Amino acid sequence: MNDVFKLVLKRLGLGVLTLLVISVLIFFAVELLPGDIAQAVLGQSATPENLAALREQLGLNVPAPVRYFHWLTGAIQGDFGTSLITGDRVGSTIGPRLLNTLFLASYAAVIAVPAAILLGIFVALLRNTIFDRVANVLTLTAISSPEFFLGYILILYLAVKTGWFPAIASIGRNADFSTMLYNSFLPALTMVLVVMAHMMRMTRAAIINLLASPYIEMARLKGVPAWRVIVHHALPNAWAPIINVVALNLAYLITGVVLVEVVFVYPGVGQLLVDAVAKRDFPIVQACCLIFAATFILLNLAADVGAILTNPRLRHPK
Amino acid sequence: MSTFVIGYYAALIAASCLAAYFKKREAFLLLFSLTLASFVLGLIGGRPALNTITVAAAVIALAAGTAYAWREFLAILLPRELAKAIRTAPLTASFGLFVIFTYAVMGIFAPVIAPFGEAEVIAGAFDPPSEALLLGADQLGRDMFSRIVYGARNTVGLALAATLLAFFVGAIAGLFAAVKQGWFDQIMGRGADVIMSIPSLIFALLMLSIFGTNLMVIVVVVAIIYSPRVFRLSRAVAGNVVVMDYIEAASLRGEGTGYLIRKEILPNSMAPLIAEFGLEFCFVFLLMAGLSFLGLGIQPPTADWGSMVRENALLITFGEITPLIPAAAIALLTVAVNFVVDWMLFRSSGLKD
Repeated sequence: MNDVFKLVLKRLGLGVLTLLVISVLIFFAVELLPGDIAQAVLGQSATPENLAALREQLGLNVPAPVRYFHWLTGAIQGDFGTSLITGDRVGSTIGPRLLNTLFLASYAAVIAVPAAILLGIFVALLRNTIFDRVANVLTLTAISSPEFFLGYILILYLAVKTGWFPAIASIGRNADFSTMLYNSFLPALTMVLVVMAHMMRMTRAAIINLLASPYIEMARLKGVPAWRVIVHHALPNAWAPIINVVALNLAYLITGVVLVEVVFVYPGVGQLLVDAVAKRDFPIVQACCLIFAATFILLNLAADVGAILTNPRLRHPK
Repeated sequence: MSTFVIGYYAALIAASCLAAYFKKREAFLLLFSLTLASFVLGLIGGRPALNTITVAAAVIALAAGTAYAWREFLAILLPRELAKAIRTAPLTASFGLFVIFTYAVMGIFAPVIAPFGEAEVIAGAFDPPSEALLLGADQLGRDMFSRIVYGARNTVGLALAATLLAFFVGAIAGLFAAVKQGWFDQIMGRGADVIMSIPSLIFALLMLSIFGTNLMVIVVVVAIIYSPRVFRLSRAVAGNVVVMDYIEAASLRGEGTGYLIRKEILPNSMAPLIAEFGLEFCFVFLLMAGLSFLGLGIQPPTADWGSMVRENALLITFGEITPLIPAAAIALLTVAVNFVVDWMLFRSSGLKD
């Protein structure tokens, strides 16, 4: 057990290190601007006095490494500075939107994960039949479609033509839980479709790999019923790849959420990020990027740790 | 119960009975499960749902027919080796090849095919389709059809440029890393790790917010984002080749790194790299489509599929399907490339699962 602890700790350390490198990248990328932030905000025709005032206000006269240190210590406490456009605190702008995004992502995950794993196992059992081939083409199509294509198809058929669900996923401030679920059903469904296709394919591949191994054949030959082969022989060994698949796809959700939020005008972090990029509001862009990158790294880390915990072979690296 | 519904079920059930009688197990399973699914969908969606299924089935049949004919056509035209390979290709792969061919023709001959220029305003905003305007007009009164044709040139061309750049950089770095190893390998490897640990869309947005959205920036940024994937693959593939005896023999007789890479390693790691090129293109294409959908890609008035969807999204709320055509064009090309890549991977690995 001690070994496992050490390995997990090592992975965690590596994750924190990666995050630090990325924070450096995100912070100093803005320094690459021709001129500086003040010049970028005020434009070419700004007077020297205005530039100097804005630099003073943004604290640009302090050397960049010092500013980075302040920014990072602030970011850890949830303080990302103030927006260049509105002057609001970035932390308080992002806060409620982050909750909305997390709500949407977990909504999609709760539906997609069990469905994808079950379907993946099912398709793996039916491999090389016509169903498998149909599922293959369908999932490939879902993966290959841009998120906005799926989103607009759902809007066209489930919102405009039938009127079953609202096309614009506005969630009011004090809407109750069931209304929230109903209003954000279409964006969640869009993400479910994309992520589920990915997960199904990966689960199928993992299970098929397993079913080809000799000990499964042995179990079959000695007359173990099919369900028992799956549940008792295959599944314990399949957990590692499946956990991996789930974590990787949840990480994928993070990128998908940006486009989906824009399609459905959902008040989340993705929408905020896109607006901030268009307006060149750097503190918000930096904060959003850091949050997305951190979540991405965290989920990848979870995949690694999960794989170590469920696969004893990884605990004793050669 | 209309005659359509009765005819629909009668045809399906008759077809599945025929399949069962002639012991076509797969066809029977497919047809009969379609019948069962139609019961459910018909109950929920009524006649329009059944109509949609019929249309979808017809489209799939048409696609299959085209793919079959295209495969035979290629098998006759191509030289012997290739013809042999094409004859054993699945229908999906030949369908993919057909789609890619169509897009290439559309992109190359865009000015000949399109009836109007891509930025020409020739009608009122959102004019309905007519004889002259095949798909109607967009939000500024430009011909939708012409813009889609030009989009094939702009969108696909740009994605292709970015993929080529990513591939060039990534493959060269990967091959060198495999041959040289040591500090070069370490630095490139860690750099690739960092880039891959940021979600691609987020990284692209960060870079575009800083450098602005012009074509060069987009191509370079996207190439940087996706080159680590190529780097890793080419390094891994070349790593397996480098340990071979003939490489050792070549380096013992005094060949330089450049010769080793060009003459010994590259020819032996071509197959997975070509398949990777297809996959890479899909990723790049989807990322760029996403960026231009967000208004951060190719800037107007240049026709581009991603931004066309966004600009005409208003029409969707009136139940119009036209704004979805550019999005469908993106999806279709990506699916087609994926089909071809699947087939190539299958051929090169000989994997039978």
